[in-house]
Amino acid sequence: MSTDTFDPRLMDYANREPRLPGPVDESNADLDIPMDTRLHLYETQQILRQFEKRAYDLFLQNLVKGTSHLSLGMEAVASGFGAAMRPDDYTFATYRGHAHTLARGVALGPVMAELLGRANGLLKGKGGSMHLTSVEHGMMGSYAIIGSHLTIANGAAWSAQMRGSGQVTVCFFGDGTTNIGAFHEALNFASIWRLPVVFVCENNLYMEYTPIDLITAVPHPAADRAGSYGLDRIVVDGNDADAVYDTAREALGRARAGDGPSLIEASTYREQGHSRADPGKYRPADEVAAWKARDPIPMYHQRLLRLGAGEGDLTRIQQDVARRVDEATEFAKQGPQPGADLLMSDMWSNGGSEWRN
Amino acid sequence: MAELSYRDAVAHAIAQEMRRDPALVMLGEDIAGAGGVFKTTVGLLDQFGPDRVKDTPISEQAILGAAMGAAMTGIPVIAEIMFSDFLAVCWDIVANEMAKSRYMTGGQMSIPVVVRTANGGGSRFGAQHSQAVENWAMMVPGLKVVAPSTPADVVGLLAASIRDPDPVIFFEHKSLMATKGEVPDGEVLDRLGTAKVVREGTDCTLVALALMVPRALQAAERLAADGISAEVVDVRSLVPLDVTTIAASVAKTGRMYTVEENPRLCGWGAEVASIVADEVFWDLDGPIVRITTPHIPLPAAEALEDMALPSVDRIVETVQRMAG
Repeated sequence: MSTDTFDPRLMDYANREPRLPGPVDESNADLDIPMDTRLHLYETQQILRQFEKRAYDLFLQNLVKGTSHLSLGMEAVASGFGAAMRPDDYTFATYRGHAHTLARGVALGPVMAELLGRANGLLKGKGGSMHLTSVEHGMMGSYAIIGSHLTIANGAAWSAQMRGSGQVTVCFFGDGTTNIGAFHEALNFASIWRLPVVFVCENNLYMEYTPIDLITAVPHPAADRAGSYGLDRIVVDGNDADAVYDTAREALGRARAGDGPSLIEASTYREQGHSRADPGKYRPADEVAAWKARDPIPMYHQRLLRLGAGEGDLTRIQQDVARRVDEATEFAKQGPQPGADLLMSDMWSNGGSEWRN
Repeated sequence: MAELSYRDAVAHAIAQEMRRDPALVMLGEDIAGAGGVFKTTVGLLDQFGPDRVKDTPISEQAILGAAMGAAMTGIPVIAEIMFSDFLAVCWDIVANEMAKSRYMTGGQMSIPVVVRTANGGGSRFGAQHSQAVENWAMMVPGLKVVAPSTPADVVGLLAASIRDPDPVIFFEHKSLMATKGEVPDGEVLDRLGTAKVVREGTDCTLVALALMVPRALQAAERLAADGISAEVVDVRSLVPLDVTTIAASVAKTGRMYTVEENPRLCGWGAEVASIVADEVFWDLDGPIVRITTPHIPLPAAEALEDMALPSVDRIVETVQRMAG
């Protein structure tokens, strides 16, 4: 793996041999996916991309405080699963959760307002970027402590199993999560109880600032662990919305039929750093360039044209999304700052936070 | 009225609530087939079946995560953490997730979970199976914290905790398991956030919790023979905290002693002392005194553990010294 100039003790990761994406599997164009669904996948990817680019611009304008973790380059994963899920299915995401929230159909305005810390935010400004949640959309939360939400996702799946509701829980996490204990507890637990849950590892090759392969005992951090829990080894091209959608509907169908959990590793790449504070300089330049050339959205655009979509239709989708992102930005900017009434509310079920009489 | 042991009162309360609410489920290590390592869940598997009373692997994070996820999607859950020391293994779910979920989602989430756990010393189990950790839970915003001292309170407060839509950490004391007491017939339901004056007195107030309550009562008995009339308040619930009952007692007696099993620093009595100093100061006739376990890990040997935990002797001597 090392090149002549790379000394692992110096942790000079940018000088490593780049880990390059595989080629696009053009046969995915032949998957049995209706054009309406494909246009929906395209639109969702556009929403996630344009929304997060705007969010980034607003950071630069200092309108968004704190931290934020973008999914630029990873949109095909959230879009593929979002399209394959039933409206009453459950999503659990990490602090990198903007995409998974929007992919469940949550309105853009309240999400943007939450990033700006406004009272009209999705969480009234009390959660912020890392905790996006919309129970009415089945978006059961974004969790900022690595690993814990896999165990919580099991609980939602257990609940669906008890109620016989047919709902499936999908739980997204990064490659870094596969090295924490909760991952292993959760996988074992889901397997022994045959829970209707789909675990999705978005392997973007970096645990925050460190290459995942240097700190993991197996090459595929999720898929190579699946066998330990009696699960199939599944790796999917996370930069191809059709491939993700196809894999998602199969795993969801299996879970809904009572055939238990799945663990899916989606190969992808974040095109920027880990968080707002990170320029991502630890990555080889040719690696970044190669993955940008495998960006999921232009590839999908070209595929849709080959499948007979009109350039004008795709342009209209892009423009419509741009308008919606503008409106969401305005909605957020116009939102009031949260007041003291919100500070002390909603710790308890009675709406308050009193701890004594 | 029936006489029940503290341990049987746990199963009694759970059975009462599982009959009332067919959605209620429970999970934990060795709770189903084995009836719990403290035998607090004996008979529940037979009564309610394996879909509602579930054994788990030794996976405390998975246990509490599953409880939380089921609860947020409409299923109330009782989760058992075998020893309260093991809460440290899954503290993320307790302190970062369950406790904060409602607040940080702007009120969207409801987490009706009761985490039952065997707490406290006196069993010679050493430093990792004997801790009194009620103060850990008390200091996390968003958790309710309950610790009963009698079988009747176990039933009434456990029922109240189960019906509460917020996460509750319910501490069952290991050294009280074999104690017995009367439990009313029929449905028993108490209220969280209510302390109880369990012995009336006029000279001083002993504010105690869980295992320290019977010790405070024995101390009061001996002090009475000495001419000191001690009132004993069983706090029962640290969050919500019944300041009214405690303050009224201290205002009446003019002296307060807390009797705490948790180690000294930031024990629950420190908060109670602070509140009393703020709000009842002009009724005090002397300093507030905290009687606690020293700030050390709990030792295993019988002789050492007995020295560490507040004893009847230590309570009596402390009160006599201050009075004299």
